[in-house]
Amino acid sequence: MSPADFTALLPLLVLAGTATVLMLQVAFLRSVNVTAGLAALGLAVAALSCITAASQAPLQVTPLLQVDHLALLFCAVFCLAGAVTVLLSLDYIQCHGDEPEEYFLLLVLSTMGACILASASHLASLLLGLELLSVALYALIAYPNKSILPLEAASKYLVLSGAASATILFGFALLYAASGTLSFSELGLRLATLDGADPILLVGSAMVFAGLAFKLSAVPFHLWTPDVYSGAPAPITGFLASVGKAAVLLVMLRLFLEADLLRYRILIELTGLMAIFSMLAGNLLALLQSNIKRMLAYSSIAHIGYLLIIFMVSLDLGSRTLAIEAAAFYLVAYTVTTIAAFGLLTVISANQAERENVELHHVNGLFWHSPLLAGLFLVSLLSLAGIPLTAGFIGKFYIFNAAVSGHNWILLGALIVGSAIGIYYYLRVVYHLSRRPEKHHTQPKAAGGWLTRGLACALILGILLLGMLPQPLMSYLQSIL
Amino acid sequence: MSMLVLIGLLLVGGVMAWLAERIAVNLSRWVSLATVTVSLLYLLGIISGLPEGSLQLTPDPGDGSSWLLYLHIDWIERFGIALEMAMDGLSLLLVVLTLLLGLVAIASSWSEIEFKQGLFQANLLWTLAGVCGVFLAMDLFLFFLFWEVMLIPMYLLIAIWGHEKREYAAMKFFIFTQVSGLLMLLAIVMLAWHGQKVNGHLSFSYFDLLGLPLQGRSGWIMMLGFFIAFTVKLPSFPFHTWLPDAHTQAPTAGSVLLAGILLKTGAYGLLRFCIPLFPDLSAQFAPVAMGLGAAGVIYGAVLAFAQTDFKRLVAYSSVSHMGFVLLGLYAWNNLALQGAIMQMVAHGVSTAALFMMAGALQQRLHTRDMRRMGGLWHQAPRMGACAMFFAVASLGLPGLGNFVAEFLVLAGLFAVQPWLTAIAALGLITAAVYSLWMIQQTFQGKPDEQRSMSDFGSREMFAMTAMMIALVALGVYPQPVLDLAQPVLDGLHGLVQDSMLVAQVRP
Repeated sequence: MSPADFTALLPLLVLAGTATVLMLQVAFLRSVNVTAGLAALGLAVAALSCITAASQAPLQVTPLLQVDHLALLFCAVFCLAGAVTVLLSLDYIQCHGDEPEEYFLLLVLSTMGACILASASHLASLLLGLELLSVALYALIAYPNKSILPLEAASKYLVLSGAASATILFGFALLYAASGTLSFSELGLRLATLDGADPILLVGSAMVFAGLAFKLSAVPFHLWTPDVYSGAPAPITGFLASVGKAAVLLVMLRLFLEADLLRYRILIELTGLMAIFSMLAGNLLALLQSNIKRMLAYSSIAHIGYLLIIFMVSLDLGSRTLAIEAAAFYLVAYTVTTIAAFGLLTVISANQAERENVELHHVNGLFWHSPLLAGLFLVSLLSLAGIPLTAGFIGKFYIFNAAVSGHNWILLGALIVGSAIGIYYYLRVVYHLSRRPEKHHTQPKAAGGWLTRGLACALILGILLLGMLPQPLMSYLQSIL
Repeated sequence: MSMLVLIGLLLVGGVMAWLAERIAVNLSRWVSLATVTVSLLYLLGIISGLPEGSLQLTPDPGDGSSWLLYLHIDWIERFGIALEMAMDGLSLLLVVLTLLLGLVAIASSWSEIEFKQGLFQANLLWTLAGVCGVFLAMDLFLFFLFWEVMLIPMYLLIAIWGHEKREYAAMKFFIFTQVSGLLMLLAIVMLAWHGQKVNGHLSFSYFDLLGLPLQGRSGWIMMLGFFIAFTVKLPSFPFHTWLPDAHTQAPTAGSVLLAGILLKTGAYGLLRFCIPLFPDLSAQFAPVAMGLGAAGVIYGAVLAFAQTDFKRLVAYSSVSHMGFVLLGLYAWNNLALQGAIMQMVAHGVSTAALFMMAGALQQRLHTRDMRRMGGLWHQAPRMGACAMFFAVASLGLPGLGNFVAEFLVLAGLFAVQPWLTAIAALGLITAAVYSLWMIQQTFQGKPDEQRSMSDFGSREMFAMTAMMIALVALGVYPQPVLDLAQPVLDGLHGLVQDSMLVAQVRP
């Protein structure tokens, strides 16, 4: 390996180094603050090192990893999201008493898995990243091991996600059996020379696709989502819903484009069908929830549905670049918004007896006793609903443009219907936020020191900036694609 | 730049009104009053600073730089989106109306709101800012942005300070406008990509998208996207069902803003965007649109007569009156268009006054049910006189603004659709029925001796008198308003073929 390779891998090396340092530090000195500080620092440095690494991009480092600008952009986003999650968890995890230091170690490992996924160009690195991400998440979900809900969520996620990984692995085996390669690009070349209609190849691709769709929780593979989301600690739910989904979607996009799975029209049409079902079912089921975390879980299913539209759009060669650009922008916007929404839920629910459950009536009148938090929560909800001036709207606008340019009218129709339903349940939360306080009802004060509040403000500022001045990110995306 | 300053003034004023609450509870309403007054003076200052006679010049509808004010700042180059705003006579008229009714709204809620007054005033000012943005934006993306964003403060006004069924009403209002807004967004994006095919570059500017060749199914989808968004807001039969709930449940100032100016954004959108962007399709669609307008006139009037709730009655009467606007716009000749614009102004004033009356009654009697009123004239003669005045204004008494408007619409429409004119004219009779019935139920009849209520004070009388003077002025000398709108219409006639019969007739 040349020095250039090491430079390109710098973010991953920093993350690996951070994980090692954390392990050693925990062995010698148990202190939550030190561990969390080191973890956040390591993640921030990893994010910064993406800038250095960008000087070498695009570069194929070993057959496993393709370090290009898109991968580095998302590495930086994931590391920052990880750092924010570390800081948001600090207050949460301290309430749970015993030995919370490994939590941060797991979080760093999970982030590293996401970063590997973002730059994977080989089925082996795909599996490596995916497992690193998920295995660390099983433990993170179950971390508050004194309560029942997190344990239930973790075991559900473990069993189902394990089954999905097995499916993916079997798909890999079939692909390898028929084509003799595991690299994305070579797979693409072999597929072009082999007869495209080889059933083994199609079945293999379909299995990989199904496994990834499970991780994305697209309908009909969504059944685990609400339980896991509502059971997991709120900061972890945010991490799982944003980084966990974005990394998988990114690698799926890369696999489909580089291995040219787009040639299987039936597979792509299936993504279209899944998109429609995810948008409709996600939004309709979200309507029925009174638990905010479950509601956000269903809404994340719907968001994945919006994102899956771009696979159908990519079929049209003229719109392919726009589709990837739209997906990248949407993922950035969605990551920021989701982290912000769950982060605020963490703060709001801090004094609830059962912290894992945030019901609608828990946020009654929040506007009047903690206006700042409520205002920030309002912005993140509006961004999820796709109201102008927020990042979420620009993301949706991008997908609108991509779908119009690719002439996908049915998907657009579902997108409109889905968003229309979505407005109702987001607004319902806003209504509860703005309810007048009842006289005899004393509200627990929302917790969170200046650090969490500062972070929340920064995230919301990010959402608004992306919504009002999206041009810099758009230009950057345009220049790297 | 001055247009951005105008909107900025209202936004910053809103924040200041919110913060002022911390200094003194009642300071925020003074801040809010001062903000709107300063904005109005600022606008008039700009207009008086324009070169002599520029208000009479015909603006080229395809070139914003020939308008009274024009602003273009690049914003999102990726999609060819710019902060593009322009003002012509029509926008000027509507922005002035917006600010004036903003003053009325502040006056009408002067002593009504006790809970979180600062935030209430802030939402009021932010709504005004959003509406001004809608009337000035010339980039379709920017227009959509204002269109959606003005809903949020309005939603909060209804959801927080509304009456007993506020959750349902606020939600219904938001969902109706938002869903139709999404259809419009789809139409806007489709139009922009169609423009990219024709012009070679992606742009959301109104001026780039005018005059595109549009036919076939996609053309119809786009036209209907705009049409539905605007007629939901207008509202026209059959999309009117959100209106009675929202108007009834909103606090008085909210109803004044909704009826006075938010409904006008729908009419403005049809006149500015829907018809000029799709001239041929609109001409083909005109009979249907006019049919809906005539249906709205009659249906709204019949439903208004069936109401026992004062505010609901006024709300349904709005449906009926806005039907005339739809008729006038799609008749598309000078007389009818002038009538429609006149109706926007006159209806804005008269309905705002009636909602203010409803709010005053509710504040005094704690009910809106007309069956529990009656004989109020004895206890509150000033209120009775005002209510009588605005009721006859709304039924179209000659000499007042609404008569001029409806007469012009009917006169213009007769040249195009004589039968529809006959049907719509029935609306004048039904309007007389429900307006007078409303006065009978509330102010006439036997007074309830147990009841004591205070009459209008000087603040309320001042607002009412100002609106009366406005309506009388519009009724006896409407020429200044007509002159202001005429150059704009002259410009639009270049874009869209006029119906020949009355093309040359000018009011």
